[in-house]
Amino acid sequence: MNEQQNHKINRRDVIMSLATIPVVGAFLMSASAKSRHDATIKNDILRELNVEPSVPPATGPMSGDPVRIGIIGYGIRGEQLLRALGFASPAWIENMKQNALENPKDTRLKDFLEQENLNVQITAVSDAFDVRRETAVAAGTRDGVTPKAYRTYQELLEDPNVDAVVIATPDHLHAPISMQALRAGKHVYVEKCMTHKIGETYELYDTVKSTGKVFQVGHQHRQTQSFFTARDIISKNVLGHISLIQTNTNRNSDNGAWQYHIHEKASPETIDWKAFLGPAPEIPFNAEHFFRWRKWWPYGTGLTGDLLTHDYDRINCLLNMGIPRYCTASGGVYTHRDGRTVPDVLQVVMEYPDFTMGGSQDTGKEKGMSFMYSATLGNQYNRGTLLMGHDATMELGNDILVHADPRSTRYADMIQSETINPDVPMYAYSPSAKGVDAVTGATAKYFANKGLMYTYRDGKRVDSTFLHMREWLSGIRNGTPVSCGIEEGFEEAISAHMSCIAVRLGKRVEWDHTTRRLVNISQEELASLGMV
Amino acid sequence: MEINKTSSAYTNTQVWALVLLRVFIGWHLLYEGVVKLWNAGWSAGGYLMDSQGFLSEFFYGLAANPDTLAIVDFLNVWGLILIGLSLITGLYTRFALWGGILLLALYYLSHPALIGVKYAMPSEGSYLIVNKNLIEMAAMVVLYLFPTSHIVGLDRLLGRRRNQRIVAPTPSQTAEAPLSV
Repeated sequence: MNEQQNHKINRRDVIMSLATIPVVGAFLMSASAKSRHDATIKNDILRELNVEPSVPPATGPMSGDPVRIGIIGYGIRGEQLLRALGFASPAWIENMKQNALENPKDTRLKDFLEQENLNVQITAVSDAFDVRRETAVAAGTRDGVTPKAYRTYQELLEDPNVDAVVIATPDHLHAPISMQALRAGKHVYVEKCMTHKIGETYELYDTVKSTGKVFQVGHQHRQTQSFFTARDIISKNVLGHISLIQTNTNRNSDNGAWQYHIHEKASPETIDWKAFLGPAPEIPFNAEHFFRWRKWWPYGTGLTGDLLTHDYDRINCLLNMGIPRYCTASGGVYTHRDGRTVPDVLQVVMEYPDFTMGGSQDTGKEKGMSFMYSATLGNQYNRGTLLMGHDATMELGNDILVHADPRSTRYADMIQSETINPDVPMYAYSPSAKGVDAVTGATAKYFANKGLMYTYRDGKRVDSTFLHMREWLSGIRNGTPVSCGIEEGFEEAISAHMSCIAVRLGKRVEWDHTTRRLVNISQEELASLGMV
Repeated sequence: MEINKTSSAYTNTQVWALVLLRVFIGWHLLYEGVVKLWNAGWSAGGYLMDSQGFLSEFFYGLAANPDTLAIVDFLNVWGLILIGLSLITGLYTRFALWGGILLLALYYLSHPALIGVKYAMPSEGSYLIVNKNLIEMAAMVVLYLFPTSHIVGLDRLLGRRRNQRIVAPTPSQTAEAPLSV
């Protein structure tokens, strides 16, 4: 064979060159068959469920004159709220710079700097502790505006350069400050729990109604994007009749059990003890009570007002189930026996005997629902939030997972035909599908999954509190509605107080929807708890 | 390396066994690419942020910037698809194997199966130091050292054509010996 012949392309060459090409055909056929199969099942399920991933309504523009804000209470939460408004202390910025250098996953500073400008000025700050007041002034100073520092909130509320106030004090001061602020013509953003006592809850309700000022309670998870889709799932009755809701708090750290840092400069000289006590029983100066007030009933509302309220309100914004007819609770101090009076392990059951949103079974068979809240500050195993219906179970967080129930009536045929597998979620929603998340710390993860730290807009991570503040400011500027106003706040506060009374008196607490009053709790009993 | 010859020291069985390995790996990578392409919500972001080991910072950095993440996603999807097609059809297989080895090395380095390292993403098997990425990468090294696309695959035709050009037939020669294709 000469060289020329050796390099000729013969039939064998062609066959051997193309020998594996049919594999490409086989691949295309099987890949498209698989894709069609998956799509058919998915479309069948989606057609049946008819759920539409929803986005929240946009709030109005932030243009016009800056809203002049006074900050009342600059502790842990006050600092976070000020940041949500766009103002961080120099120390925090420096700290975050260091964190970002050490951990590239930590984007807190970047997220903060990219936050939209809400066009506000911080014109006044007030805190009973000198150090916090000074830090608040440093954080709030910008563009030539330096906030005036007041030792008491009463002085701040007299300042005509304040249009609106953000209240992040201990719980027992929420209602007195809110009412005085509203009467002074200021708009109010107040942290949860909205009130500390039963009587002031009614009084605040009336004050908001009579003054007409924009009032928002700090349940920022109402901005969580996934909840809007969850609402659609509920309204399409995907879950069937919901008979049980399970919510939880699981934390296992001293910080999670409110053992906050006691500042080294704390003293009767640096802290206005009388201002802190307010309506609380008079006791001598106690730095631990000042910094760790959540541990004692006279100032805080314990797990009920601090954490149950989040879970209650998350579900209330989906179901609008309102105040329970009955509430039972029990618990004790089992994990942090340090002299605190509020339980660190708590179980609450709220009964809604008349609750119904329709179902897939015979009319009249299903009615009524229990809302269960279970908490421990001595274990952080994650137990999801579950809405348990006859036809399906929804796990609710920043993501949503819906599993069909194997004994569902509605999906019986689809389960039979294996279109739906009850072991696999039939619906999953993740607003961050394209995004990247990094949350530092276990408590942060706990909060993040409840939609308390951040949520998503257009696939981008956004601070929920920022959105909640923006909604409030839009209410002030544009008259747009707020999502957690006095109606929602009233329901949240009364429900929390019913749990609180139930655990403290060891009694089932009953509510009358018609008279809007507690049925079986006397004024004497309330007085014995300091909750009149 | 000699790849232009269509005859080799392999037995027929050896050739087909190697081709089978090549096609299987190609199929796997191609489907991995296609699935990502068809899934509009897919991104490598979560995987990169789950990275562990001494290069994890590098992978976090890729994920943290939306622009680089978009490039990574694009290269990943189309890299997998092209490498998969190349291995199946036997076209430009040497380059594809280089690309595949690099890609799998990056997968491995971002998620090494080291002692004491835990990942958020579940794994379907149990691995210690050696995992499936490493094995598939090693298989590609074998395929590189024991090439087959010049025997079974489009590279065989390319080789023939190249050799014909190397011989550089004159017009008269071409007329005397026309190609049979």
